[in-house]
Amino acid sequence: MTEFLDPSPSHTDMVQLLNPEGERVSHPDFEFSPDRPEDEAVRGFYRDMVLTRRLDVEATALQRHGELGLWAQLLGQEAAQIGAARALAPQDFVFPTYREHGVAWCRDVDPMQLLGLFRGTDQGGWDPDEHNFGLYTIVIGAQTLHATGYAMGVQMDGLVGTGDPTRDMAVVAHFGDGASSQGDVNEAMVFAASYNAPVVFFCQNNQWAISEPVEQMVKVPLYKRAQGFGFPGIRVDGNDVLATYEVMKSALKRAREGGGPTMIEAYTYRMGAHTTTDDPTRYRLSDEVEAWKLKDPIARVEAYLRRGGGASTSFFAKVEAEADELGERLRAGIHALPEPDPVRLFDNVYTELPPELQEQRDGYAAYLSSFDLEGASR
Amino acid sequence: MVTSHEFKLPDVGEGLTEAEIVEWHVAVGDVIKVNDPVCDIETAKSVVELPSPYAGVVQELLVEVGTEIQVGTPIIRIGDSVVPSAPSPETSAPQAEASAPQAEPASGAETDTAADEHEQPLTLVGYGSKEDAVVRRNRTVSAPAAAAGTGVLAKPTARKLARDLGVDLATVTPEREDGVITTADLEALANAPAPSETPATSTGGERREPIKGLRKQMGQAMVDSAFTLPHVTIWTTVDVTRTSELVSGLKANRDFADVRVSPLLIVAKATLLAMRRTPIINSWWDEAAQEIVFKEYVNLGIAAATPRGLQVPNVKGADRMSLVELGAAINELTDVARTGKTPPADQAGGTFTITNIGPFGIDGGAPIINPGESAILSVGAIKRQPWVVGTGDDERIEPRDVCTLALSFDHRHIDGEAGSRFLADVARIVGDPSTALLF
Repeated sequence: MTEFLDPSPSHTDMVQLLNPEGERVSHPDFEFSPDRPEDEAVRGFYRDMVLTRRLDVEATALQRHGELGLWAQLLGQEAAQIGAARALAPQDFVFPTYREHGVAWCRDVDPMQLLGLFRGTDQGGWDPDEHNFGLYTIVIGAQTLHATGYAMGVQMDGLVGTGDPTRDMAVVAHFGDGASSQGDVNEAMVFAASYNAPVVFFCQNNQWAISEPVEQMVKVPLYKRAQGFGFPGIRVDGNDVLATYEVMKSALKRAREGGGPTMIEAYTYRMGAHTTTDDPTRYRLSDEVEAWKLKDPIARVEAYLRRGGGASTSFFAKVEAEADELGERLRAGIHALPEPDPVRLFDNVYTELPPELQEQRDGYAAYLSSFDLEGASR
Repeated sequence: MVTSHEFKLPDVGEGLTEAEIVEWHVAVGDVIKVNDPVCDIETAKSVVELPSPYAGVVQELLVEVGTEIQVGTPIIRIGDSVVPSAPSPETSAPQAEASAPQAEPASGAETDTAADEHEQPLTLVGYGSKEDAVVRRNRTVSAPAAAAGTGVLAKPTARKLARDLGVDLATVTPEREDGVITTADLEALANAPAPSETPATSTGGERREPIKGLRKQMGQAMVDSAFTLPHVTIWTTVDVTRTSELVSGLKANRDFADVRVSPLLIVAKATLLAMRRTPIINSWWDEAAQEIVFKEYVNLGIAAATPRGLQVPNVKGADRMSLVELGAAINELTDVARTGKTPPADQAGGTFTITNIGPFGIDGGAPIINPGESAILSVGAIKRQPWVVGTGDDERIEPRDVCTLALSFDHRHIDGEAGSRFLADVARIVGDPSTALLF
């Protein structure tokens, strides 16, 4: 009984294909089978993860330089995000939290646009339709409802279970262990189950809901909650990019084929702070961080590639140079971000702006331009 | 032409206005790369490491460790090379300012002025400009919202309450620093007695004094000590008539012509002697390192009431001083402290403290240990009191000079036995100074 209720993972209930030492391990249900030659795929994952980490480290530094108001760090969660995002088909649609920088990277969202949001020069930055990637949602868990609703719409549009793999569509709701306590998330799951909506609930369990440890609120393993809602739940080693990719791929396939929702608990660790405003040394022991460093998602892939000869020394040097280049681009680009135009507040709220808002917008624009007439800067 | 950049203190939280430099990781002359850590700062929320936005040579650290500064204040200058010893005109001003002695932590107002002399401090998008920040702090001057004449800031509930009470929001002075009028402001206004023409002289009001500077530091130090260290206080009352006699004798001694001899001096000496037998009194519990640090020197702190509040300057190397030297050192220390000009160095590094509460007519108390130390001795008033002297048939009551000594110690590493032995030794020496020869 106690064993069943223990929320920490055992070998039997967590899918792993690459262990922390960088050795491939087998699993009865999942096998790493990428859409390209194996080594090439793993090298691609490695590059994605290194560049995502550099983006994260650089943005954290920019916040400390006073260039960003805030930054939500993903350090340690690179494999969970890259694995989940690389399993997507182009037509799939993703609803992120505010921490999915790795997923944004894979959806070709320019990192500068992420910085614009955290600098306050932009309220969102990218066109969700262009990238099939929604805007960052700050309200905890709210995006899971959006995802379920969107997935129900996909069903109504008849884009599920047609048998055409380039047409069938899945929707992904990202959220974290903390959000799993939110009403929104639970409501989203009830509706997804009721409508058998093509949505994958991808939970990055990074062990900390800001300063609350996950054990505080999760008394049975998170993935087992799915059973209560009426769809399958599965736990994957979120620091193992190969396993995350495979598990996500199967859940997405199931959704596209009309099989309904799946919940994936990617068991990972937030190695950094909740955001740049947070100081984790106040509430957690460094022993814990040190233990998780040994399970670093990038280090194990590098060990695997080096040991197995999947990549040459020059490959690693090239990725490193690319990361340096990215860092420089971000540092230089931050100053080039344009000041926001206040009138843009009125854009993208309605497809057709109602007359009263139109009037407000014009009035506001006239008000702003009155400063120019007087020669004063606003 | 040497180019240099000043890194201004960023807002590393969300809307923080100040921070304290905890530690510098670089020194002048160090060559650093972009994002090399330059210092740790402590804000109201956290301790964070600041990475350098510039690559180059550290030319100057503009803020001392321990100083609280406003967001936007330049903290470090980084240039392509080291500034030559003769500074160019445009750099001389800030240099002179920075090299001025910083005996006292700069107050907020001073920092603002300094920052304003430089170019406009960097402000993050979404956070008010520097001027706004100044207005916010000086809220006692006037309500910023009302002064700006741009309407009043208040939530709908407060607005409704104002309507119900028939109060014009523009006449309300908000308690909050950001100028937002709250229901509490309105309730206070409604419950307040009818305003008189001269509120300053009215009775029954309250006066608010900002907590800052020395008071703020002391308050924090006391809280840290009182709620971190498990204090145990023990006391003993002792007949110090012989110490009083010794003090009179020393006053007549030519060697002490320039020294004000007091019973405190004898207690200080007794303390130093007693420590030899119980050295753990002069140790320190290093929580971070999980070690007990035994000090092989004594920096004897003397708590002094000063115009700016309590200060604890200490006599460095007190254990190696003769009685004359010790007396002179204590005199000088207390004289300087009473003028309120004790330099920080004289207050740092104390290992044990004596607090002399006798002059206030108080017998004893449970003193709070000075942070960084493990024990503190309070010396009460010396009073003429009836005292049983003699033994057997000779036993009688006599008026004697009597004093209470109280010792607080850190019970984590000092046991009751060690603390008691130390206090008994001090009491024994001041009770009979000739026993000092035994130590």
